[in-house]
Amino acid sequence: MKLQAAVLGTGQTHHTTRRTDVSIAGLCREAIDRAMADAETSWDQIDAVVLGKAPDLFEGVMMPELFLADAIGATGKPLLRVHTAGSVGGATGIVASSLVRSGVHKRVLAIAFEKQSESNAMWALSINPPFTMPLGAGAGGYFAPHMRAYIRRSGAPQHIGAMVAVKDRRNGSRNPFAHLRQPDITMESVQASPMLWDPIRMDETCPSSDGACAMVIGDVAAAKASSRPVAWIHATAMRTEATFFAGKDHVNPQAGRDAAAALWKDAGITDPLKEIDAAEIYVPFSWFEPMWLENLGFAPDGTGWKLTEAGDTEIGGRLPVNPSGGVMCSNPIGASGLLRFAEAAMQVMGRAGDHQVPDARKALGHAYGGGSQFFSMWVVGAAPLA
Amino acid sequence: MGMPLQAPMEISFDYTRSLGPVLGPFMTALAERRILGSRGSDGRVHAPAIEYDPVTFEPLTELVEVASTGTVLSWSWMPDPFDGQPLDRPFAWALILLDGADTPMLHAVDAGSPENISTGMRVQARWAAARTGSIRDIECFAEPGEPDEPGERVEPVTMVTTPIRLRYQHSASPQESAYLRALAEGRLVAQRCPACTKVYLPPRGACPTCGVPTEEEVELTGTATVTTFCIVNVPFPGQRTKPPYVYASIVVDGTDIPMLHLILGCPADEVRMGMRVEAVWKPQEQWGMSPENIDHFRPADEPDAPFESYAHHL
Repeated sequence: MKLQAAVLGTGQTHHTTRRTDVSIAGLCREAIDRAMADAETSWDQIDAVVLGKAPDLFEGVMMPELFLADAIGATGKPLLRVHTAGSVGGATGIVASSLVRSGVHKRVLAIAFEKQSESNAMWALSINPPFTMPLGAGAGGYFAPHMRAYIRRSGAPQHIGAMVAVKDRRNGSRNPFAHLRQPDITMESVQASPMLWDPIRMDETCPSSDGACAMVIGDVAAAKASSRPVAWIHATAMRTEATFFAGKDHVNPQAGRDAAAALWKDAGITDPLKEIDAAEIYVPFSWFEPMWLENLGFAPDGTGWKLTEAGDTEIGGRLPVNPSGGVMCSNPIGASGLLRFAEAAMQVMGRAGDHQVPDARKALGHAYGGGSQFFSMWVVGAAPLA
Repeated sequence: MGMPLQAPMEISFDYTRSLGPVLGPFMTALAERRILGSRGSDGRVHAPAIEYDPVTFEPLTELVEVASTGTVLSWSWMPDPFDGQPLDRPFAWALILLDGADTPMLHAVDAGSPENISTGMRVQARWAAARTGSIRDIECFAEPGEPDEPGERVEPVTMVTTPIRLRYQHSASPQESAYLRALAEGRLVAQRCPACTKVYLPPRGACPTCGVPTEEEVELTGTATVTTFCIVNVPFPGQRTKPPYVYASIVVDGTDIPMLHLILGCPADEVRMGMRVEAVWKPQEQWGMSPENIDHFRPADEPDAPFESYAHHL
């Protein structure tokens, strides 16, 4: 039996290439201070802290949760570190929600960050161990072949990748926290950008960002005590599979399908395309929008691109996808998943500002990580699940 | 099956840290041969300076100078220093309570031998000749001597570079070692899972689906089908092949999982999904226990494989 829980408030940094004015601690704290204010919560009300970030090699700090304990308000309280590669932000939100939904804690702070400027993620993701072919070429190099496979399998026209990039970057221009804000981007400019990892062009990839995201999750009493709308957590799901195994479907991974099926069932949703009002989906390369639309069950296999092409994923469409601009506009890797979860909450709380989807009542937050092996997702609603 | 193969693995990177409003002045002061602490909500002075109060979690903004002399609270002897540690001769790691501070800092004490250090011992910072604006500006602590000469003022320090070097002894599994030894003989050998019968190249040790060790060897000819691929045009640190290059998922005939390899021998834009390719080995005198014995795969003189024949590997 799971108890009800809600997102009381969220906070994030102004994501950018280099935040050289703050330390990692200061970066986290900026997001936390905003989340605590948004949640009308003081430090003495926080029972536990959950921290997520991507691999330690990204900043070269082993177990950063130790030196961050004071900055994230964890001293003297339970502190959990979560690590599921790029999906870690989503997993961080889910772990924090579990601590409340199990009845263990009343209010839990979730914080996730990445300060990519302290390192080089492309390098960190291309380590060549002995006895292997030295072919690693970062995340883009890893995923590009699978996007080519998607295009072949689905028959998607080549311009879909550019369409997603234009939509997300224009959405990002409405989001004051987004790293890339490009209101004037066009199909032509995206298609003229350099081909980095064929079939991925420069403008079809996410940026490298410094940034953090935080949220406070509370129990029913905390939610009812809030003077502002909260985001009720209707369901969460996480699933995992190996990076490589014979028969792995890299385009439409089984773990993602299974997580989505469990999520919709627990949230009482039978027709996600109809019932979800806004979706924040982890799309670090534009082609992942149609791929994940299928994996999540918004569209039958091979047809996700048709939603994109029809404009259904724009704000005002049938299923606005990444109204915040998403990972395509801001990618502080460890925080990116929690940002998806927070942006979903902001939509149903009516606090998404200029990128608000009108009357959003139910929203999806989604993240994936590793070689499409970790999936985490949640549904939040403006009202508690009946 | 023989002993598992091992090889050294070293990775290193110079991380660039931005310091912020507390650690920046702390590092700047070190370059000026001064040590700063921060005053906490309970009046305690934390040295080295810390950014957030451990009691109230509020940002700490009051920085106070403490002395470069102090008292050893506890210590541990380091008989064989590692590369990169403060001293290259045996020394003590000590918790040192600086005069004027309420919390200790960890640093090295150049005591010569463990007989020369004790709890309660008085020590003084020995400043490094080079002033870099990092904790390295304190070379170590030692017995007190002359009072410090005041250092010259420097421009504010906002960043530090932290070189990190990790050295591993990487081990291959027994199954992967058998595959590597076969490669050194010019043979390409996969292994079959006894439970699901899938053939893995390279063998992983255990089948990732069934979790059981693989043993049965399957000898391969080295012909393969390109399932999908990427043309890498982007350079990055540590890259071993000059862009542009094609790396492809290929399923070697007789195996059940794609592996990654280079495709050469035709223009990059002529590589296709379904293209049939064959292994091109390096000259035998260059062979080692390495998959790089196969230099690349090149187009084979065969028609493309139909999509249905490899679709389940995508």
